[in-house]
Amino acid sequence: MITKMTITNIHVINQDSAYDFYVNKLGFKLVDDIQMGPGTRWLTVSPPEQPDLQLVLFPVTVSKMFPKEIADNLIDLIRKGIFGCGVLTCNDIFATYEELKSKGVEFIKAPTKEFYGTEALFKDDSGNFFSLQPINNFGNENNI
Amino acid sequence: MTAEQYPKVYLYRRIVQAKLFIDNNYADKIDLGNISDEAYFSKFHFIRLFKSVYGKTPHQYLKNVRIEKAKELLKNEVSVSEACFFVGFDSVSSFSGLFSKVVGTSPSAYLTKHQQTKRKISLAPLSFVPGCYAYQHGWLENSNFEEASD
Repeated sequence: MITKMTITNIHVINQDSAYDFYVNKLGFKLVDDIQMGPGTRWLTVSPPEQPDLQLVLFPVTVSKMFPKEIADNLIDLIRKGIFGCGVLTCNDIFATYEELKSKGVEFIKAPTKEFYGTEALFKDDSGNFFSLQPINNFGNENNI
Repeated sequence: MTAEQYPKVYLYRRIVQAKLFIDNNYADKIDLGNISDEAYFSKFHFIRLFKSVYGKTPHQYLKNVRIEKAKELLKNEVSVSEACFFVGFDSVSSFSGLFSKVVGTSPSAYLTKHQQTKRKISLAPLSFVPGCYAYQHGWLENSNFEEASD
């Protein structure tokens, strides 16, 4: 019986830049940063209140998994904003939106009331996008 | 509803400004007066709004930020006393007491645990990475890692 997801990937173009984005801007916690040889590292982060889920900041570089043509195509698609990586939840979407915007996070959609609740969309430093939603998206969204 | 139209945007911006003030100045001697001044609110009004947005009073949030920063420092093998003073506590005993209460382990035990983990990682880094990832990256072909993980 499967019980949990513990590790998943976010394909990133540059790990240094991704570290800065996820740790310093989004406020994720660093879990592992292990040098695995010249220019390559095992880099994982967790959402602040979800320590048992690790997101691998997986670099798209030419490797056994990514021959050059595939790596180039994947980087192109990431930069074009094709990949949505999931929904991140927060206590207060308006406060979170204001904070992330002040830190330079690029939003492609400001908090907007949809039929399923209030949602904003933002991009990471590579081009992956996330949905941002309040925890109780069908309740009262305005805390103040 | 756009960013400029959502209710009380000016209040949100001031509360966020106060939260960022705590994030950036947690190591200094700041009190509620500093923080509410930063947000241009009366203390009482400020505490109520802050708690409604973040679920904690500004004082509780400040303590939480200090403990989280101390955890980061201890993970990087900074000594308990250095971590204590660096994050803005005046006494090691009050720091240790609060840290133990919040984290569930003393700062020295937390430091020792992470020192041991770091040593294990340096000896056998591959044992901390799921095999499928190591294979995809070609790390299993690196003889140095194979020797280290034996």
